[in-house]
Amino acid sequence: MRIPCPHCGERDVSEFRYGSDASKKRPAHGEKDFAKWHDHVFLFENPKGPHEEYWHHVLGCRQWFKLKRNTATNEIIGGGK
Amino acid sequence: MAKGYSIFSILKHALRPSQPWPEAWAKPAPKPSYDVIIIGGGGHGLATAYYLAKNHGLKNIAVLEKSYVGSGNVGRNTTLIRSDYMLGANTAFFEKSLQMWEGLSHELDFNCMVSHRGRIVVAVNPSQLDTFARRGNIMRLHGIDAELLDPGQMKKELPYLDYSKEARFPVYGGLHQQRAGTVRHDAVAWAYARAASDLGVHIIENCEVTGMVMGKGKVIGVETSRGKILAAKTGIAVAGHTSQLAKMAGIKLPVETHILQAFVTEPVKPMVHHVLGWGAELFYLSQSDKGGMVFGGHLDGFNTFTQRGQFFKMKDVMECAASLIPFMSRLRLLRHWGGINDMTPDGSPFICTTPIDGLYLNGGWCYQGFKATPASGLTFAHTIANNAPHQLNAGFALDRLMKGRELDEHGIGNWTYKQ
Repeated sequence: MRIPCPHCGERDVSEFRYGSDASKKRPAHGEKDFAKWHDHVFLFENPKGPHEEYWHHVLGCRQWFKLKRNTATNEIIGGGK
Repeated sequence: MAKGYSIFSILKHALRPSQPWPEAWAKPAPKPSYDVIIIGGGGHGLATAYYLAKNHGLKNIAVLEKSYVGSGNVGRNTTLIRSDYMLGANTAFFEKSLQMWEGLSHELDFNCMVSHRGRIVVAVNPSQLDTFARRGNIMRLHGIDAELLDPGQMKKELPYLDYSKEARFPVYGGLHQQRAGTVRHDAVAWAYARAASDLGVHIIENCEVTGMVMGKGKVIGVETSRGKILAAKTGIAVAGHTSQLAKMAGIKLPVETHILQAFVTEPVKPMVHHVLGWGAELFYLSQSDKGGMVFGGHLDGFNTFTQRGQFFKMKDVMECAASLIPFMSRLRLLRHWGGINDMTPDGSPFICTTPIDGLYLNGGWCYQGFKATPASGLTFAHTIANNAPHQLNAGFALDRLMKGRELDEHGIGNWTYKQ
């Protein structure tokens, strides 16, 4: 799999680190509802298909960016933003 | 108990080759309704159906398999069994499983080739050996065999490791569980399928579940590629696609789907007589009866449903192999494959009831599903039949993360495989 870094261009996946689901919204600071924190930390959509996610070009420019990838095929649909 | 395989039946069929062996399990068409439906015709699903019929007297059970029996992770793992777990809920559960493996071939009348060849984990620094001693002591306090090996004993047991001063990861000792070993994984699926079928369980292959039938907030059946099938109780026992099935009933799970690769080399003469684990990196290896070195390492590191791995991870795992056992660098790789796993936040599974009536969950096995097969079937059957967990799986509840009762066996916190 090759991943388009917005700064360095397309590179091998071994240079990157997966940073999990990017569609999640962190509960507001000071949120007291325990269930909301549980859902944010532990639950995942885990779709078989298009997935918006964070990647970190950890062995390159070290930029964090969003990527859209099809988890059923590993095809990169969009991103590098 | 299934019967019919013996030296006499082999001789009978050898003398009368014109009479083919009967099919090991029946292939019935699905009925419109069952008492219990188990989704997933792998090791766990078939074992669950078998114990439901055998221990709980249920006769009207179906196992739905989207492909053929044994096509999923029960035939993709590296076949290891062991019970070297430290945490309360895990220790007793995996030890029960290991005890069940010991009599399984006899009980199911099917040679599962259970081999108690022992497993040795190699410590590569003194502090690691200390943690192995702690783990071994906890195991022994639970009546599980464990033995700490010093470098001299290691050299005797595993003469082929790199004991030189130049070794990148020097050998400081190891933890030996003699009852650990390997099992022929395909045989486990076939044996449970045959034994369950003999007890009247319908094993329905090529039947993919496409949706849940809901009634008054309960799951009352499933939509499948072979039509609607109703059931009072539905159990999920699939690997990799557990999130997808739970989502059909409106439940979001603490599960992400990741790929784990496994490898086998060309066959060579018997050399590795144990199952090996390694302290420097997640790596494990055994030699199959055919002579190939069967080994695996860590996950690729990102969620995916493709059953094929990335090249960089192959390279990582080969480097582990050659670092631990120098001669591995001269063997040729014969095959490699991937299986997709449900990864949970604490690395431990779920065998439990769910917030939806009529729906039961067995999933989130991470890397450790195969060794758990018999105990998983036993306890999941108990959970479905009684609508409450067996004492062995009470810790594998879905709400344990909410209640702060995580089972973090590695002791390094949440989502260990992402660290």
